[in-house]
Amino acid sequence: MCAIVGILSFAEGASPTEAALRRMLAMVRHRGPDQFGVYLGDKVGLGNARLSIIDLSGGQQPIANEDESLWIVFNGEIFNYVELKAELEAKGHRFSTNTDTEVILHLYEEHGPDCLNRLNGQFAIAIWNERDQSLFLARDRVGVRPLFYTQTGNALIFASEMKSILADPRVRAVMDPLAIDQIFTYWSTLSPRTVFRGIVDVPPGHYLLARNDRVTVKSYWKLDWSATTRESCVPSMAGSGKEVAVRKYLDEFRELLTDATRIRLRADVPIGAYLSGGLDSSVIAAVIRKLGVGHLDTFSIAFSDPKFDESEHQRSMARFLGTEHQVVHATHADIGRVFYDVIWHTETPVMRTAPAPMFLLSKLVRDRKYKVVLTGEGADEFLAGYDIFKEAKIRRFWAQNPPSKWRPLLLRRLYPDITELGTAGNSYLAAFFGTGLTETDAPDYSHAVRWRNNRRTCRFFSKDFTAAVARERSVGGAELNYPDDFQSWGALEKAQFLEASIFLSQYLLSSQGDRVAMAHSVEGRYPFLDVRMIEFCNRLPARLKLRGLMEKFLLRQLGREYLPAEILRRRKRPYRAPIHRSFFNEAAPAYVRELLSEAAVKASGIFNPMAVGQLAAKLEQGKTVGETDDMALVGILSTQLVHHHFISNFKADGALTERDDVKVVCRRTADQVRSCA
Amino acid sequence: MSQNLPNLEAEIRKFITENMLFSADGFHYGDDDSLLEAGIVDSIGVMELVAFVDKTYKITVPPEDILPDNFDSVSRLANYIRRRQGGRQA
Repeated sequence: MCAIVGILSFAEGASPTEAALRRMLAMVRHRGPDQFGVYLGDKVGLGNARLSIIDLSGGQQPIANEDESLWIVFNGEIFNYVELKAELEAKGHRFSTNTDTEVILHLYEEHGPDCLNRLNGQFAIAIWNERDQSLFLARDRVGVRPLFYTQTGNALIFASEMKSILADPRVRAVMDPLAIDQIFTYWSTLSPRTVFRGIVDVPPGHYLLARNDRVTVKSYWKLDWSATTRESCVPSMAGSGKEVAVRKYLDEFRELLTDATRIRLRADVPIGAYLSGGLDSSVIAAVIRKLGVGHLDTFSIAFSDPKFDESEHQRSMARFLGTEHQVVHATHADIGRVFYDVIWHTETPVMRTAPAPMFLLSKLVRDRKYKVVLTGEGADEFLAGYDIFKEAKIRRFWAQNPPSKWRPLLLRRLYPDITELGTAGNSYLAAFFGTGLTETDAPDYSHAVRWRNNRRTCRFFSKDFTAAVARERSVGGAELNYPDDFQSWGALEKAQFLEASIFLSQYLLSSQGDRVAMAHSVEGRYPFLDVRMIEFCNRLPARLKLRGLMEKFLLRQLGREYLPAEILRRRKRPYRAPIHRSFFNEAAPAYVRELLSEAAVKASGIFNPMAVGQLAAKLEQGKTVGETDDMALVGILSTQLVHHHFISNFKADGALTERDDVKVVCRRTADQVRSCA
Repeated sequence: MSQNLPNLEAEIRKFITENMLFSADGFHYGDDDSLLEAGIVDSIGVMELVAFVDKTYKITVPPEDILPDNFDSVSRLANYIRRRQGGRQA
């Protein structure tokens, strides 16, 4: 795993300097501390910070093809590189390393941007073509690895993390009001928007081509549920042939998951696994064992707060699998303490503290000398594990008979907190989830209640900020984009699209995934996000995902072959972490009070200081705190932290030193070559 | 004389402002507006109102009373409190 950075200059004679690239690399040293590399051309500079995982001794970047006309820097893994390499060698390509990086390069030489269709992996790629002077940037299908860029001052500047872009003196961080508004609604920005004005991402499944001052961004893969098998098309799904049909799907699923896991074990370093105590990560760990991996280290988070703790289940699972299990204990104080650094890494506000324990976990993994872990990410999206899918299903069922008294009561199963209200909660439940009940044709039917509820946190915006949001919204361009044939998809699949394209790609894989793992140089690998697996899952009939109100039906069937009954019987518990008690306790870190103070809130200008003060007072007094209060607290605090880290207090003062192993390739033409020095 | 009587509606509004809206700025709602529909309380948030009624007016709210009819607007809640206080005095 690594980071990439680069500058493409559109102005004549303005070659990117080695110093500029070194400055950018220093900002992402945490992603790849083992080796560095810089490529310097007349118009372009590329940089790479490397975490060595494959071909430890021979993989230093940048890497060139046979005639040195193509140069690559790369962050990520191509899991099918072994097969692709054999194919390319048969076509006469000669390889100088044993890396997956070089495979991409030769494949690009062979197919151009279409090479992306052959890659099974998680990646951010930059290739400079010296012949036609073009820059190719590409990102994996669901956005496991980040890639940002900005166009400013006659240059295109790109990097794995925005802090590298901000290290360029031409770029200044300015908060984008619409981005904050989106985060306070969807929990993340909508790609390509980021929290900083003018900095965007290469969207998942897209590539960018820059040539002759022209920049184009194109999609090469889309999340697609248009080929979902309708149950009416599978007569055997009902009646006597049912078992056979399920068996057929299960066989294919087992085979795919096994292979997706097998190729994710490819590495020249040991590989561990996260174990949450739930079904997804347990199945992955079990598959690893089935593949014959003798010694397996598993890692998990234990919470001091019993409301969130799953450690008992994690331990019993580890015992069952016979793994060497290691646990990091997260207290309220720990979460509050590390949250400051966590936001430096996420580079964006978050609405929950869940990234903080993941940050603590990656530190444990790193301390145990591991660089790579397999996890269960993706199963909840593509096999339908989330409660929101059930919620939408129940609401659609209820919408068929709105006066029904008992249909809304099915929602009680999803929200145990409501149960605390006893029967009193029923009418409130019905009133709350009944909003927009019959608007079942709305494309966002599944998520509208949640988003509307999230938006209650927008009330903390200051008057000026609210006006800025309204002004910018009136310009347009910030709306959700739906695929062309979206309305023809099934109800569950529509909800899955929203969950996968927004929550998974924009939040889970970044703020809670890549960024907090890479903070400690740890690479996550996700068998459920193998492209073959996603495409298989998206063909599944809905009944094999959400059957009645039982989630992840097909995965449960597979789980029966691998796991003890107690794991399968357990009610799914969403991964969450404590919130207000992490910031308002005896050991509360000083930054919380400082950043929520009237002066600090006024200075950033985003929130209403009086409202923030009232919220802080309510939390300090230990009054009943609702979900929205918690969400608002994290959202406000993290936004203030983004402002602190990247606007009011930004420092790009790191540097690569003499001790760092830096490979510098200078390819400047004769009259420019002096500038390499 | 009437000025000395507690203005229940105003007290409820004050509680909502300080604990649920956090600021009176820029958010307008009528005494009869549904607190759920206006997005002021969620399904759990009603418990904050129940706790408020209990603590401020020393009224124990039985579960069967926790209904939108009693809690879902400023005036409904004020009427509920008056009814309960009246009931106790009677």
